[in-house]
Amino acid sequence: MTELLLEATGIAKSFEGVRALRGVSFELRPGEVHALIGENGAGKSTLIKIVTGAVTADSGTLRIAGKSVYHNDPATAKSLGVAAIYQQPALFPHLTVAENIAFAMESAGSWRKVNWKERRWKAKELIALAGAAIDPDRFVSSLSMPEQQIVEIAKAIGLKAKVVIMDEPTSSLTETEVASLFRVIESLKSEGAGIVYISHRLEEIPQIADRITVLRDGETVGTCGILEVDRAGLIAMMVGREVANVYPKREVAIGEIALELRCVGSREAGVRDISLNVRKGEILGIAGLVGSGRTQLAETVFGLTPADSGEILIHGEPAVIASPSDAIAHGIGYVPEDRRQHGVVLELPIAANISLSSLSLIAPHGLIDSQAEQAQAERYAEQLHVKAPSVDVPVGTLSGGNQQKVAVARWLATNPKVLILDEPTQGVDVGSKSEIHAIVTDLAESGIAVIMISSELPEVLGMSDRILVMRGGTIVGELSRAEATQEKILALALEHN
Amino acid sequence: MRSHYGRELSVAASIALLALVLALLAPGYFSSENLADLFLANMPVLLIALGMNMVILTGQIDISVGSQFAVCGIFAGLLSKLGLPVEIAALLAVAVGATMGAVNGALTAYVRIPSIVVTLASMVALRDGLRWATDGAWVSDLPPGFQWLGLSQTDYPWLMAFTAVFSIAALAWWLLTRAGGRAIYATGSNPEAARLVGIDTQLVTFGVFALTGALTGLAAVLNSVRFNQIPGNAGLGLEMKVIAAVVVGGTAITGGSGSIAGTVLGVILLGAIGPALTFLGVSAYWERALQGAIILAAIVVEAVRERAEKRGAEHA
Repeated sequence: MTELLLEATGIAKSFEGVRALRGVSFELRPGEVHALIGENGAGKSTLIKIVTGAVTADSGTLRIAGKSVYHNDPATAKSLGVAAIYQQPALFPHLTVAENIAFAMESAGSWRKVNWKERRWKAKELIALAGAAIDPDRFVSSLSMPEQQIVEIAKAIGLKAKVVIMDEPTSSLTETEVASLFRVIESLKSEGAGIVYISHRLEEIPQIADRITVLRDGETVGTCGILEVDRAGLIAMMVGREVANVYPKREVAIGEIALELRCVGSREAGVRDISLNVRKGEILGIAGLVGSGRTQLAETVFGLTPADSGEILIHGEPAVIASPSDAIAHGIGYVPEDRRQHGVVLELPIAANISLSSLSLIAPHGLIDSQAEQAQAERYAEQLHVKAPSVDVPVGTLSGGNQQKVAVARWLATNPKVLILDEPTQGVDVGSKSEIHAIVTDLAESGIAVIMISSELPEVLGMSDRILVMRGGTIVGELSRAEATQEKILALALEHN
Repeated sequence: MRSHYGRELSVAASIALLALVLALLAPGYFSSENLADLFLANMPVLLIALGMNMVILTGQIDISVGSQFAVCGIFAGLLSKLGLPVEIAALLAVAVGATMGAVNGALTAYVRIPSIVVTLASMVALRDGLRWATDGAWVSDLPPGFQWLGLSQTDYPWLMAFTAVFSIAALAWWLLTRAGGRAIYATGSNPEAARLVGIDTQLVTFGVFALTGALTGLAAVLNSVRFNQIPGNAGLGLEMKVIAAVVVGGTAITGGSGSIAGTVLGVILLGAIGPALTFLGVSAYWERALQGAIILAAIVVEAVRERAEKRGAEHA
């Protein structure tokens, strides 16, 4: 039996109290392509970051090329033969292709001579091995995304890496580029390297992989040979969990159409041909993988990346939404994903956060009436059960769930007709999660049309009246509450032509 | 593909244009006395800009160099009055500069405080600490061996010219041909990627600050020996001159891109323009305004080009 290239056992990792991995095991043999799959947030990225040394595991053991690694860091991983090709290439935009490749291969040492000629020649050769031709003197900032992927692949080849990790390497490649990537993978295999292959494109996995490991919720569901499982079996493994009926979904009278999109597209946002409608009192769920265009759709409706084709109708009237203030004027509210970055102002008190989108109400003559601001904040804080000593404390001191409630309260203060929630319970503890779900249901009951984007399938299934599935910047399917299952949603989200 | 040396060429062209105008209208500008004066007056800016270029290449900034300059100058003068030979005094002043730079670097790299804040604090602390320590007094009655480094007034400029050429060549050689120099570019271009390829980005950041401190100390000593007295308020506003020269020379203020040649040309252009106005009979009051306009033009051109390039990459 040959030695394993990579052996990770019981790896656990938490980020700020949220458990990303809770005991994952994974192994890689020489000369195999081992596919690693799982839903958004299953822990694939965290696992590969631990292997490459970008983050340190909280517990578990890691052996690379037969050596136990007690404290991994990027230099250690590199010296043991680990190379990673990230979805977002980690390159130096200001430097040339040749130099980018050289950095991966050459050793450190401040006084070591840099041989420009050899670097250029070497880069050319490696890029040819990766199946492309890119001038090694070009600056990386001038390369397209696929070209940058090629540079990353050339780096891995040049390193003679034993463990090559590819995170969604085909997501921005064309058919021919994928074919040449697969040839590169075959030649790496034949030289005894092992490849960890992460992809959402289930149909390409049988073409290239030897074994598959499925992760779910930070745990290993199982590992099997490529011939032992079919697509439906994989989806079942990815989904797996029981859908407990913990969602306080109430029957709500659904009224007339509040917002309608007809063939809406935005080249800037990368969304196209979006037709949908959402009615008063309805919760419309939007599912899809990360990168399928869900957030971009929300940003288009909200005027951040205005639509350049199609029609937007509000209560049946055509509306022009060229900026967020247009959207707000039309009664659209948007609670973005990643609330710490975009949703709330951590340094400002609760009251100022809530009044931010409705300043005209509390500052009729340009001066903020702080008593009115306070009263408004207290009203919403009570309605949404924001747990805080007072509305004067900075939002940064609250828990994630309470921060999210403040973000929602800000939009309630604008009296919206349509509210878009992007990942409303991301990084929120279980208790606050069901509170937020109850709030969303209350909002729908009060006649607001809710669009809820979520990566968490049970949440989408439990909360939505209807579910739209997105892929590649457009809507690829619609499921009613009755017919929707996790398997059907995932099948639509993953399908690829 | 963009030209590697676009900015350097346009600054060089501006210098050539200025030289042409001067040659036609005020040939007296090119007298050897004037050129030597001009060179010696800008020598501190040049030396410090060589270090600042590297600090900015890593994506950082050091606005405390003016205060470091004052401290090192006074320090060298006091040591020399204690009877130390000028060479030893100079070396110690360079060491003091390197130490001040190292403190800035350590706070930025290891304590992870933004360098603009760290160096703003050290700028004020060093400047006012010096004023408090010396009561604002100038150092005068310097020993004769201190003046002109003990050289004759005609030999001194030649030593300076040698120092300037040597520093430029050494740093350019290191940045272009040694792995450590390339690590500076990598750190500024994409710190996370640099970390992932195994570059010690903290050490790189620390190092460029310490080196800039050392160069500032050297500049302070070489400048002090030209006068009878060393003022306690030397180097006021020097940091802005230095940063301006680096930026005009094409180094991206966000790091990762720039060259020694560009910085040297930036120092020459900004240093030459002020006296040129006097020679051309334009009021010297215009000097700063014109320098400001040059800086603005340089960064606007940069921003426009960068946007065009991004669009080019998207459509590639």
